[in-house]
Amino acid sequence: MHRFANPGRFLRLANRIQPWLKALTALGFLLGLYLALIGSPPDYQQGETVRIMYIHVPSAWMALLAYLILGLASASALIWRHPLADIAAEAISPIGAAFTLLALITGSLWGKPMWGTYWVWDARLTSFLLLFFLYLGHMALLGAFDDRGRGQRSAAVLALVGLINLPIIKYSVDWWNTLHQPASIARMDGPSIDPSMLWPLFTMAAAFHVFLLAVLIERMRTLLLEAKLRNQRLAAFDRVQTEPF
Amino acid sequence: MKRKTLRLYLVLISLGLLGTATALVLNAFDRELVFFFSPSEIAAEQPAPGRIIRLGGLVETGSVTKLGDGATFSFRITDLKASTSIAYRGVLPDLFREGQGVVVQGTFNESGNFVASEVLAKHDENYLPPEVAKALKASGRWQEGAGTAASPAIVPGASSDTGGEGNSP
Repeated sequence: MHRFANPGRFLRLANRIQPWLKALTALGFLLGLYLALIGSPPDYQQGETVRIMYIHVPSAWMALLAYLILGLASASALIWRHPLADIAAEAISPIGAAFTLLALITGSLWGKPMWGTYWVWDARLTSFLLLFFLYLGHMALLGAFDDRGRGQRSAAVLALVGLINLPIIKYSVDWWNTLHQPASIARMDGPSIDPSMLWPLFTMAAAFHVFLLAVLIERMRTLLLEAKLRNQRLAAFDRVQTEPF
Repeated sequence: MKRKTLRLYLVLISLGLLGTATALVLNAFDRELVFFFSPSEIAAEQPAPGRIIRLGGLVETGSVTKLGDGATFSFRITDLKASTSIAYRGVLPDLFREGQGVVVQGTFNESGNFVASEVLAKHDENYLPPEVAKALKASGRWQEGAGTAASPAIVPGASSDTGGEGNSP
């Protein structure tokens, strides 16, 4: 891991794999959307509305995965002071926030016809809304200080505290009774989704994973170049200041 | 001890303490965090009339009737141990049918009947194409909810498998 923590080496690696990741994302979504929208059957109870699940479930997974990445990046930034970890944390939180919002919106659109309501304050929905606010809080804290380092450290502490929310989201449907249905895939007795719907879902999930990685690397690359530019400007400014008249 | 080892322990210990604190708080609020009560809980401890509560369970097979005015439904919600009778005036959600999980919100009136102001259908975690569901039912390997036999009867007035738009108020 430490070998890739070097920004220069990361940039070289990113430039090499990024075209492949983007191509794979396009391919994955093409196949996944075909399977989800055309190649899979309607549900015996939900009818065609089940197709929302192919976006909703992977988005929710990505929202959780992005927060896990944010938590790990924040921890390694705080403990080992990796320069790349701060960049990764700053890069991932808007991505995670976007996936969280997507999961909330698609869930709400599914809830209206199926449950009869857009929103309820049950444990799953409320903890997921909290995840969205954690992302927003992280983004806000990053920019709240004149000193970037202080902003990064306080945002990292917030991200670590918010990690507690991840198991609460995951197990909320088991610990308390909720309107949201319990887990369909990570179950003791195997998934309760028919294979004809499970494979389209897994294809979409794979596409979402590659997409997350591609966007994360793209944002990290941009942030690294921004930092480089900032340092060059500072150096140029210093040269002007110290030059004798 | 090196500084980074110290920081690692500090982060781990803080997270451990925070986790413990959260677990204790959530445990203490256990009763407040449930979205609905079950009919057995209601039977054990009848709430005061007029207090707004949510009640959840399966719609008892054969219990759904439409009253004379054509808009009020009467049905029983069961958790297979106890059941409560519900009166509801309004449009039922698409997924409302006998044997299906629902959550109703409302109050008990003076005579001990539950009057619902809102009925929400609870979807279960099973996803099946219609023909597979039919085949499972035909072969008798079908289990629904907490183990009640599925009833093909669909509530009068509620639309069937269309999914599409909601017909709730």
